Amino acid sequence: MLLLSKKELDWGGRKLLATIRKPNKHKLYDWLMSYLFLLPALTFFLIFVVYPMLRGIYMSFFDYSITNFEFIGWDNYVTLYHDETFHKSLINTIVLVAVAVPIVIGFSIFVAMAIYKKSEFIRSFCRGIFYLPAVTSVVSVTVVWGWIYHPNFGLLNYVTNFFGMEPKSWLGDPKTALMAITVILITTSVGQPIILYVASLGNIPTSYIEAAQIDRATPWQIFRKIIWPLLMPTSLYVIVITTINSFQCFALIQLLTSGGPIYSTSTVMYGVYQQAFLLGNFGIASAMGVILAIIIGIISIIQFKYLGNDVEY
Amino acid sequence: MKTISPLKMKNKNNMHGRLKWLRELSAIKIISTIILIFSGLFFLFPLYWIVTGAFKSQVVAITIPPEWFPLNPILDNWVTLFSNPVWRWTFNSFFIASAEMIAVCFVSATAGFVLAKKVFPGRKLIFIVLIAAMALPKQVILVPLFTMLADFGWVDTYKGLIIPAIGWPFGVFLMKQFSQTIPNELLEAAKIDGCGEIRTFFHIVLPMLKPAIGALAIFTFMLSWNDYFSQLVITRSTDMMTLPLGIATMQGEYKTDYGVMMAGAALASVPMIIIFMLFQKSFTQGITMGSIK
Repeated sequence: MLLLSKKELDWGGRKLLATIRKPNKHKLYDWLMSYLFLLPALTFFLIFVVYPMLRGIYMSFFDYSITNFEFIGWDNYVTLYHDETFHKSLINTIVLVAVAVPIVIGFSIFVAMAIYKKSEFIRSFCRGIFYLPAVTSVVSVTVVWGWIYHPNFGLLNYVTNFFGMEPKSWLGDPKTALMAITVILITTSVGQPIILYVASLGNIPTSYIEAAQIDRATPWQIFRKIIWPLLMPTSLYVIVITTINSFQCFALIQLLTSGGPIYSTSTVMYGVYQQAFLLGNFGIASAMGVILAIIIGIISIIQFKYLGNDVEY
Repeated sequence: MKTISPLKMKNKNNMHGRLKWLRELSAIKIISTIILIFSGLFFLFPLYWIVTGAFKSQVVAITIPPEWFPLNPILDNWVTLFSNPVWRWTFNSFFIASAEMIAVCFVSATAGFVLAKKVFPGRKLIFIVLIAAMALPKQVILVPLFTMLADFGWVDTYKGLIIPAIGWPFGVFLMKQFSQTIPNELLEAAKIDGCGEIRTFFHIVLPMLKPAIGALAIFTFMLSWNDYFSQLVITRSTDMMTLPLGIATMQGEYKTDYGVMMAGAALASVPMIIIFMLFQKSFTQGITMGSIK
């Protein structure tokens, strides 16, 4: 009922504009603050993760050693393509991953199933025991396993002797060396999956399992039809981290076998180290790194595709 | 009267089936417990062998059949061990891990909080890039990183051992996961009360993130302590070596003097094992929170 004069209307309009602009200004400030909070993390990330990645790709096109820095195009990749040692390393890496990952998954589900309904004390006790090899420094782990595997003074030959087996040089024999390393790798990798599986088994409503028990489902059926599908998201995450972890297996190899005998335990990661830091060929080493990154990238994308539904950004 | 009612028969069958089912279940339980105990012993054994080996003389250590428990424990191994610059290595390990821990926690808490609770352009992209980087093994970038550190003149320095590790985005991811549990109402209330962003972060967000920061701190400490590959590549002089690295290089000198090597192995891992036992809850929390779900 109150008639507004033109002037007043104008004011109102400006006021309206101001209220629209005000949150904008506020938003801008908000954004600025957000970037400020992100700045430290992003700076370190860009300088020490992203930049080295790009630099690695760049370096892979150069003949890069201590004395030389020359652009050679795809030559490093061509060399690797024809390099039998590299093929051997690639196959070893794949074998290592293909053997270790399923065993880690199977074993950690087994342990988690066996302990998740137990009392808190037993649960943390078991989790602790299986996580110990991961906490123990990898150097300590290799030192003691090197002793256990020793052909003359090692415990393993003493034990296998009881079963009528001939003493073996476990790490010195190309047939057993990679498996001997894989065993150690598995013991150092199961701790984290067990913790994850115990947590997600605890989240499965007991009513599901009870209902199945009333219907007289066998334990195997309960596992196969109820527990396994519900564990799927965790399993996929475990597969991703275990795969990456196994690809990175380096210290065990460097300290126990140095890739030998006859390259039977050389992995791509060890090859990178050997080329760069023992032979000084940074170019070839970078090319190997790029190839490894691409392989892992492809595997991760495949895994993420399945995992995608459960990721929340 | 010979006929049994069908109902009773069914009942009997049911009883029988149930018993069989129970028997099957308990058989599985017994077998799995036995396997569990044996594999537990298998996992514990290397550690036991390290600790007992540290008190065995070289002669005892290489006798077969082995001495399962050191009957004449000796301390000579420890004396030999400490004739190496072990104190210096221990200090290096602690110093590097602590510095990294503090830096990572600070950097990750701020970034993780913002990624979880703020809306701004580029947020999704930044997060995806961080996640994607995490899916690549850290060691893939070690060669270019090394040449870069060489350009900086950071090889064989504390800077070179500490600073590059801060860039690893795992902590940011972990903090983001945790920050999502902070109720929005709390942040809005702070805003309405005129609390600035920085003050809100330090007085409201940080206290709520405390358990998460604890988990991340321990995790970072452990990763840094055990980051053998980077330390091997970046370190040159004996004085800059970390404890695990130092012990590893001692292997050249002491080869089959397993007593000394076990003493070194014990020293390199016991601090981490103690920290793990003290903070197992935080560890577990960090691992479960760090997973996608």
